[in-house]
Amino acid sequence: MDVRLSPEQRALRDSAAQVVERWGPHAAGQLDDTERRAKLDAAVAAAGWRELRAAADEDGAPWASGVEVGIVAEELGRRLADVAFLGPTLAAELRRLAGAPPAPAPETVALVSDLSALAATVDGALPPRTVALDAQGSSTALVLVPAAGGLSIGQVAVDRGPAMAPARVDLTRPVVDVDAAATVEVLPHQDRVLTGTVLTRWTALGLAAACADLVGTMRGAVQLTCDYARERRQYGRPIGSFQAVQHLLADAHVSTEGSRSAALHAAWAVDALEPTDAVAAAALAKAYCARAARAVCETAIQVHGGIGNTWECLAHLHLRRALLSTDVLGGVGPSLARVLDHHGISDGIGDASGGERGLR
Amino acid sequence: MDFGDSPEEAAFRLRLRDWLRDNNPRLPASSTSDEYWAGHAAWHQALYDAGFFGLSWPTAIGGHGRPSVYEAIVDDELAAAGAPPRPHLGYLVQGILEHGSDDLQRRFLPGIVNGRDRWCQGFSEPDAGSDLASLRTRAEPDGDEYVITGHKIWTSNSDVADWCLLLARTHPDLPRHEGLSAFAVSMHQPGIEQRPIRMINGITSEFGEVLFDGARVPATNMIGRPGEGWKLAMTVVSHEREPGELGYVARYRKLVHELTAAVRQQPDHYGPEQRRELGWAIVEAEMLRLHVCRRLSDRLDGITHGPEGSIDKLLMTAVEQAVGHAALAVGGVAHGADPGGGDLGGGDDHAWLAVYLYSRAQSVMGGTSQIQRNLVATRILGMPAS
Repeated sequence: MDVRLSPEQRALRDSAAQVVERWGPHAAGQLDDTERRAKLDAAVAAAGWRELRAAADEDGAPWASGVEVGIVAEELGRRLADVAFLGPTLAAELRRLAGAPPAPAPETVALVSDLSALAATVDGALPPRTVALDAQGSSTALVLVPAAGGLSIGQVAVDRGPAMAPARVDLTRPVVDVDAAATVEVLPHQDRVLTGTVLTRWTALGLAAACADLVGTMRGAVQLTCDYARERRQYGRPIGSFQAVQHLLADAHVSTEGSRSAALHAAWAVDALEPTDAVAAAALAKAYCARAARAVCETAIQVHGGIGNTWECLAHLHLRRALLSTDVLGGVGPSLARVLDHHGISDGIGDASGGERGLR
Repeated sequence: MDFGDSPEEAAFRLRLRDWLRDNNPRLPASSTSDEYWAGHAAWHQALYDAGFFGLSWPTAIGGHGRPSVYEAIVDDELAAAGAPPRPHLGYLVQGILEHGSDDLQRRFLPGIVNGRDRWCQGFSEPDAGSDLASLRTRAEPDGDEYVITGHKIWTSNSDVADWCLLLARTHPDLPRHEGLSAFAVSMHQPGIEQRPIRMINGITSEFGEVLFDGARVPATNMIGRPGEGWKLAMTVVSHEREPGELGYVARYRKLVHELTAAVRQQPDHYGPEQRRELGWAIVEAEMLRLHVCRRLSDRLDGITHGPEGSIDKLLMTAVEQAVGHAALAVGGVAHGADPGGGDLGGGDDHAWLAVYLYSRAQSVMGGTSQIQRNLVATRILGMPAS
């Protein structure tokens, strides 16, 4: 056991940090700066980070493990990167698992409307409401379609019309409606049918990446808030010198560190454990990180005082980003239910698998 | 980055698992019953003699010189077997290793590590709790000895201890942090009175008060230089706050396994709220296991005695109290609703209630949660002193 990042992993983290420091939004007003965002997008594309889970060889092994995906997701989340990563990463993973060729153009995945599961067609039709996750720059999204012996991948166009704005909760990663009547085209050249076990591993990757994003969002919010507490003065001294404020910040930092430990394990588990154990590790991390992230981001707003409640302050961007990542593939309640289910206990509320909405 | 075992680690794990099959004393969870404390020394010695204790400590003092991550494997296997956690005295070892002379290390550490000498820690006093540096116990020179006068409290294992790591004021004229020195004081002498303290869950064996009235200690038993006592105390408490040093992951996971088994056996007995409390206990305990893996891995770069232990302490406290809440939810407040049965032992209260009540102490002992938050804010986050 050695859970330190390797030198290569530290280098990856540092280069992701450099890119977002340089091109990420440093103020809410910069979200409208399309030139800046295009540069951030180009830097992420040039680094190949969205293809970390694409097939690297004929056996279908990915270029990088869940750990590297987590490292990039955490850094992008930390500085509120407003370009796609999670969606394209999950799309690349689906293509790899199905043995399909790499995407010719930017692409994401389509989820059911509460984001709790990948959308799947029934009798050729999409669920009444389907959304494309993290759709910045993507013109198509992947869904599941029934196939002999399992499921295959289908592709659907992402609506680029007026529905594109506003971006709903997360101002940095748009969730876009998919026209329920849109035609789903089965991707050609799929080598393998997707079984439940294979898709369980896909879910583990999605949850683990969402956890890493939550950890990044929390780290960014704590950093932002500590900087403010050192600068902002009341009663003739920095507000960070008051114990009441210090204890809020300490709790936020401690929750972030606990989240990081759980999220690192989830990222490692994606490839290292059996699928059911990997998804259980990811669900456990998700329950912990999601509960922590909301509290941490609320603290960020609180310590910023009145300013924290204004549109211009970055604190609410962290909270909004956390709320979206929380719901991706199941938030606190469903994740806790998964944890209990893994220990042979139902949550006593409903079926741990969540019922009809789609495939998790 | 790898949470998995190397081949050597896997072999060690299997050896420990085999040994536990025949050597699990099946004591109740620590700190929740006097029965546990009665079996504590025998368990320590058995674990040591079989080669499963003191893994990361130097071989010269009876350790095995292995990387700290082996401690995480021990905790895993103890929890899985339902065995008691490893004895939690690593913070004393770290303090003496860091501040004691080679001679003192040779004299005292092997006995601490092998469990033949039992130690207690005399730091807190009735008027020196969070404000430890205000302590008033005096050590006055008399020839080549010091004479001890004072009152210590919250002294774990004072009833059975052979030795006390005592913090006392040797230089009353110096500024308060600079006037303290540390000693290894024999508990077997006149001038020492030990009184047990009964805690809120009824146990009497863990904590005591110790009154020193003319007890003597040779000057050669001073650990570190005169006036180095505060530094030693800070080294000790920094590790006393680390679950990786204490082995508490095994303690929490053992409790969680037992609670999970109770709910699984009688699912109809428990509603959504109780299951939710159990769910959070599972999540918190596992988070701490993973966090300890991370912190013990960091020691591969070398051990430090910094403020990060305060983060660990706050995480550990959240875990202990989440497990306590699950124990309360699953056990209920009435004796009759205790599916854990009386076999965990629990003083006057039934076992799960005792677990819950004991958990309230975790946010106080080893430095209160308020103190830990002060340390995290000022020493890690760089907030100005209040």
